[in-house]
Amino acid sequence: MIKATNVTKRYNKKLALDGVNLNIPKGSIYGLLGPNGAGKTSFIRIMNQITAPDEGEVWFGEHRLQPSDIARIGYLPEERGLYKKMKVGEQVLYLARLKGLTVAEAKSRAKLWFERLEMNDFWEKKVEDLSKGMAQKVQFVTTVLHQPELLIFDEPFTGFDPINTNLIKKEIKRLSEEGATVIFSTHRMESVEEICDHIGLINNGQVMVEGPLLEIRKEYQNGTYSFITKTKVDDWGEAELVSQTSHHMGQSYLIKSNSYPGQLVSTLAEAANLVSFEEVLPSVQDIFIEIVEHGPKTNRHE
Amino acid sequence: MNNPILLIIQREFLSRVKKKTFLLVTVLGPLIFAAIMIVPAVLASMPEDEKRIIVLDEATLLIPNEGREEYPLEYLDPRENDLESAKAFFANSDYDALLYIPTGESWDPDFIKNNILLFGKDDPSINMVQYLDGVLEKQLNEEKLLRNGVDPEVVAQSITQVNIKSYTLGDAKNEAVQSATPIKMALGYIAGMMIYFFIFFYAVQVMRGVIEEKTSRIVEVIISSVRPYQLMMGKILGIGSVGVVQFLIWVILSGGIYLIASAFFLPDLLANQAELGATGAANVQDVEGLAVFDMIRSINFPLILGGFLFYFFGGYFLFSAMFAALGSAIDQEADSQQFMLPVTLPMILALVTATNVIQEPNGPLAFWMSMIPFTSPITMMIRLPFGIPIWQVLLSGAILIGTFFAMVGLAGKIYRVGILMYGKKVTWKELIKWLRY
Repeated sequence: MIKATNVTKRYNKKLALDGVNLNIPKGSIYGLLGPNGAGKTSFIRIMNQITAPDEGEVWFGEHRLQPSDIARIGYLPEERGLYKKMKVGEQVLYLARLKGLTVAEAKSRAKLWFERLEMNDFWEKKVEDLSKGMAQKVQFVTTVLHQPELLIFDEPFTGFDPINTNLIKKEIKRLSEEGATVIFSTHRMESVEEICDHIGLINNGQVMVEGPLLEIRKEYQNGTYSFITKTKVDDWGEAELVSQTSHHMGQSYLIKSNSYPGQLVSTLAEAANLVSFEEVLPSVQDIFIEIVEHGPKTNRHE
Repeated sequence: MNNPILLIIQREFLSRVKKKTFLLVTVLGPLIFAAIMIVPAVLASMPEDEKRIIVLDEATLLIPNEGREEYPLEYLDPRENDLESAKAFFANSDYDALLYIPTGESWDPDFIKNNILLFGKDDPSINMVQYLDGVLEKQLNEEKLLRNGVDPEVVAQSITQVNIKSYTLGDAKNEAVQSATPIKMALGYIAGMMIYFFIFFYAVQVMRGVIEEKTSRIVEVIISSVRPYQLMMGKILGIGSVGVVQFLIWVILSGGIYLIASAFFLPDLLANQAELGATGAANVQDVEGLAVFDMIRSINFPLILGGFLFYFFGGYFLFSAMFAALGSAIDQEADSQQFMLPVTLPMILALVTATNVIQEPNGPLAFWMSMIPFTSPITMMIRLPFGIPIWQVLLSGAILIGTFFAMVGLAGKIYRVGILMYGKKVTWKELIKWLRY
């Protein structure tokens, strides 16, 4: 859906994006992750054509990103808001028409969304009379009303209350199932782990690692295993004990080991009456910290 | 109707025109404007509290009860009082001032003129001093004339006031009509003031709109749909069209008032003039009124109205582009002060020099001020009623348009960066840096 090659962006002398290569597959839920100031918003603004890259190019589907693509993108910026003095209905129609919808289209779609999110009585109200949560719903509707093929959410879960966060996660999943490509950009990596199937990690304007989430987690598997045994284990050999808890089923352990899982299983089954055994994949945050400290794995092999 | 600029213009226009304040400003605006012009004049012409003056006239210079209508003068007997006793009397009296005219040793007018004293309970007003100066000077003048053997009557009769009637040559329509300089002066001044208020009023609204979009954080939502430049231009054009509509309403209203006025008063005046020929009884005031109507008709109103619209638009575009850039750079209106003054200074300069321009509408000051695009809208409007060479109008218009385009380009660059910049105290240096982003 989006393919960026060697995208570089400078603000004065500061390098915001430094040769960024990203590939966001069609239909994916993509997590664009990294700490604050990593360059996420700069890249998003380039996709939205708010700014242009100094070098490199961005492809949208089969062609280079062009102005008319704006209508195919729905963008919820981190800095978001609505005209306070304007009525909700007028405002939704206005923003939809800016995206190229006709009045009739915008009206009928808005009606559907207002019903779905239980906001039927909002239409004639002014935004300043809405509660924060209500305004957030309106904001979400304006982002998706024109049925964009690509949805970009910048820090979507900051500022949204928990009820709306769940509601919106649910709606985003539905949109994704209907075929939309979704990009989440956030520095709170744990918040998107459960929904994303692809991620790109950015730090200091550079892509650290990118690809399907599961593959990356497997690649960064660092020999952590969790298992339950009926009897206590005392001798850990080369393995390193991370944590240990006792409960009615026996003992739970978390260890780090360089041995093969199969070998571990047979050893444990013999020695300690193994009940369950599981390979623990690192969280995105763990991966990120490891990469920042040691560099990406692919580079290390070279 | 999905051209984004048109949509933005439409929103900016409707959201303002639909407000109750628009109606209020449209109706009250002219009244307030008229009040600004008229109230100071009315206040200045209001009579002061009557001030009473007690006079110790040792020189017996003043003739009691003659020409003293403005300030009542009352007299102390010089045979029974000297300055000290007069002062004591004055201090305990309810008079407002004490005038002392000494006689000196030999009743010498040149001695007297330098030794007249005025004491007040508080500072005597300039009006009072000027009035007394006038009365005393006249008296002393006559005295001196008499001493030199000249009859003051003869002198009075030989003082002549010249009344030049000026005409504009070459324009057949106007040649018959006395040149309307005083009306043109008033018109020029009013037009200049109005264009200043107009430009400022609407340009500030552009800035407010930009700040509103920034503080409500909707701006990034919008510019993910339209180019920042389109948003800025849409806002400038939308608010500008509010100005044009408002102006047209005012023109129609005042045109209506003028028509009604001429329908009611003109026939009377014409009838009076006819009567005048027949009976020889001059109703001077009405004839003067007719002359005023003639003079008004001698002024090229279409040119002035057209000029007003052009210079309003030109000046408004120029300044609103600058104001939009400023608005984009700051987070709240309170921060705008440090940037506003340098930007509005040229306009204020044009207003300050208005008197000089009116006195010499074709002088070098007037010429250059009407060429510099930052002052030309005001200065040109002041000059326009006096009739100026057409090439000057065209040149100044072309410069204004050219500068406007250049300014929109620069402003657009600052705007593009500024609207996405939060929480930063911006300096001029910073703004210039943004031009290169």
